[in-house]
Amino acid sequence: MAFDLTDDQIALRDGIRALVEGRFPVARVREGFDRAGFDELVAAGVFSLRDDGFIWADAAIVYEELGRALVPGPLVWSFGQEGVVTGFDTTRAGAPFVEHAGDADAVLVLTDDAVRRVPTSGLSLGAPADWPLDPLTPVWRIEDVATAPGAACPADPVTLRTTSALLTAAYCVGIADRLVELAVTYAGEREQFDRPIGSFQAVKHICAEMAVRVELARVSVQAAACVLDDPGVGDPARAVSGAKLLAGEAAVLNGRAATQVFGGMGFTWEVDVHLFLKRAWLLDGQFGSADDHADRVAASMAPPRG
Amino acid sequence: MDLRTSEADEDFRAGLRDFLAGALPQLAPQPARDDWTARRTWDTDWQRRLFDAGYAGLNWPKEYGGQAAPPSQQLIFLEETTKARAPYVGVNFVGLLHAGPTIVAEGTPDQKASHLPKILRGDEVWCQGFSEPGAGSDLASLRTKAVRDGDHYVVTGQKIWCSYGQIGDFGELLVRTDPDAPKHKGISWLMLPMDLPGIEVRPLKTVLGSSEFCELFLDEVRVPVDCRVGAENDGWRVTNVTLSFERGTAFVSDLVDTTRLVEELAPYVSDPGQRRELGHVAAELDALWALTRRNVTQAASGRTGRGPFMIKLAYTEVCQKLGELALRVLDRDILTVDGEGPFVEERLRSLAFTIAAGTSQIQKNIIGERVLGLPREPR
Repeated sequence: MAFDLTDDQIALRDGIRALVEGRFPVARVREGFDRAGFDELVAAGVFSLRDDGFIWADAAIVYEELGRALVPGPLVWSFGQEGVVTGFDTTRAGAPFVEHAGDADAVLVLTDDAVRRVPTSGLSLGAPADWPLDPLTPVWRIEDVATAPGAACPADPVTLRTTSALLTAAYCVGIADRLVELAVTYAGEREQFDRPIGSFQAVKHICAEMAVRVELARVSVQAAACVLDDPGVGDPARAVSGAKLLAGEAAVLNGRAATQVFGGMGFTWEVDVHLFLKRAWLLDGQFGSADDHADRVAASMAPPRG
Repeated sequence: MDLRTSEADEDFRAGLRDFLAGALPQLAPQPARDDWTARRTWDTDWQRRLFDAGYAGLNWPKEYGGQAAPPSQQLIFLEETTKARAPYVGVNFVGLLHAGPTIVAEGTPDQKASHLPKILRGDEVWCQGFSEPGAGSDLASLRTKAVRDGDHYVVTGQKIWCSYGQIGDFGELLVRTDPDAPKHKGISWLMLPMDLPGIEVRPLKTVLGSSEFCELFLDEVRVPVDCRVGAENDGWRVTNVTLSFERGTAFVSDLVDTTRLVEELAPYVSDPGQRRELGHVAAELDALWALTRRNVTQAASGRTGRGPFMIKLAYTEVCQKLGELALRVLDRDILTVDGEGPFVEERLRSLAFTIAAGTSQIQKNIIGERVLGLPREPR
């Protein structure tokens, strides 16, 4: 049994971590998406991992690191694609908002049974929405995006949803883990009642719960990646749904928990926590919400008796 | 990183399945819950069968009757025996998972030779004597005193939550040998022969209506000094060795059982909201299984991770969530404990899970302080 990072995978993780820490310090991340930064990821091979012979477990390790640094951009939609690619899932409810549309070369329009690549040059974009939930993820409202003409993609929509859910989940694990680091560091430094607040069980237990969520989400994501790499060892749909469910939840709940640990400072723009929480909310809904995935896991079990 | 099993491990699994297919049909019916004499016989007979077939003490050294098998086979053993509904350790729990491993790690050659093979053969049953009425979460504040008198300790005090006290041959006993030392520095770990004069055992009735535990009253019990495991006053360190085994594969069998329980509940769940909760619980159990495999992989490779500190906290909470869901799903069928499936009994049983072996709050302290490095609470 070898369900742990290999030495090569540890080197991969450390390498990508060093790269994103060097190239995407928080000051740059706070400036939002930039094409030069994206090109650095392209050059590092982030989006072509599969074409270069890496397995899904490797890709999950890389996307967790991107999440830890909160690297902005349509990173999951762009995986395996040429250029900056965003996407629009027609099966989701709500207004026709497209993330990063003004930054992208193309929009992947994902329906139940097809994937279409729509060049952004053919869309009338206008200005992005004034006040996006996630300040680092600008959104454009494109009324006709679902019907805009484009070229049919060879990608299978079911597979694309599954692998995109996996990579999104991996990114969420990175968010959740970074939030533990932020909360634990603050709880160890901030003093009230003449001692660090992290010495109080009320705060310490919040941090412990955050760490447990990360650990469970991470092994779920890595197990799901292993199942995609090796479908004989499990049910890919169930494994990925479980992973997306727990990882999205870990990112959101850890975002809320970290805000609480930071107290009033957690409600300020200056402290980074809200940026992680807002991205977590955004990603929790992408490629299946927690509710959707819980339903799918349940659907893999015995049906109700008639 | 992968989830495959090696050929050697698959061979081990196949051999084990053959053994179980032959042995399980010969098993006598399970005795009544509170018939402890019959339970001892039933559990120790099964242990003897495992021993004879080469499946006892998989992770124990060969010289004392163990198999020195890799952790992956230990995991497969627990997975397969639980799936086949073979008996779990039962009354052998303390011997196989607490006292035995402690003696393996800390015992003298004589102590190992005289106890380990008997535990593995099912010839010797152990009970527990750690907690006291005044020493629960703060176990190190225990007050049962042991006063040295020549070659003996004279032990007086009271223990509670003694698993298998009714039928134990030996007890793992924590005593205070130096009342003047700081509380962690004055404790010793003793093997208590349960037939000594001055020991009184009283069954303790739990919320299940049966007596899974006992109280133990010790009145000037003379325990030979050579029953001490580890150095005098070094018992707290020895205890941590004992309890560290609870962070190993201790929850594998429960996890497999609970995973089966959630699958058994599924056909009863038709309400969409409850189906969603069911899916959530199943995802969490899948994650715990993945975490178990991570822990076992790391145990074999010598890497240390955070998982072993987290299994109990996470598992016990999922269990209770499943139990709550089952009660809502079954509706009026919960009005008898042994009605529709084992769900009601399991819900009652799971009340103890977040309390026993370190409450969830103590687990969170440990994670906060030892894993995350947060400052200790003033105490």
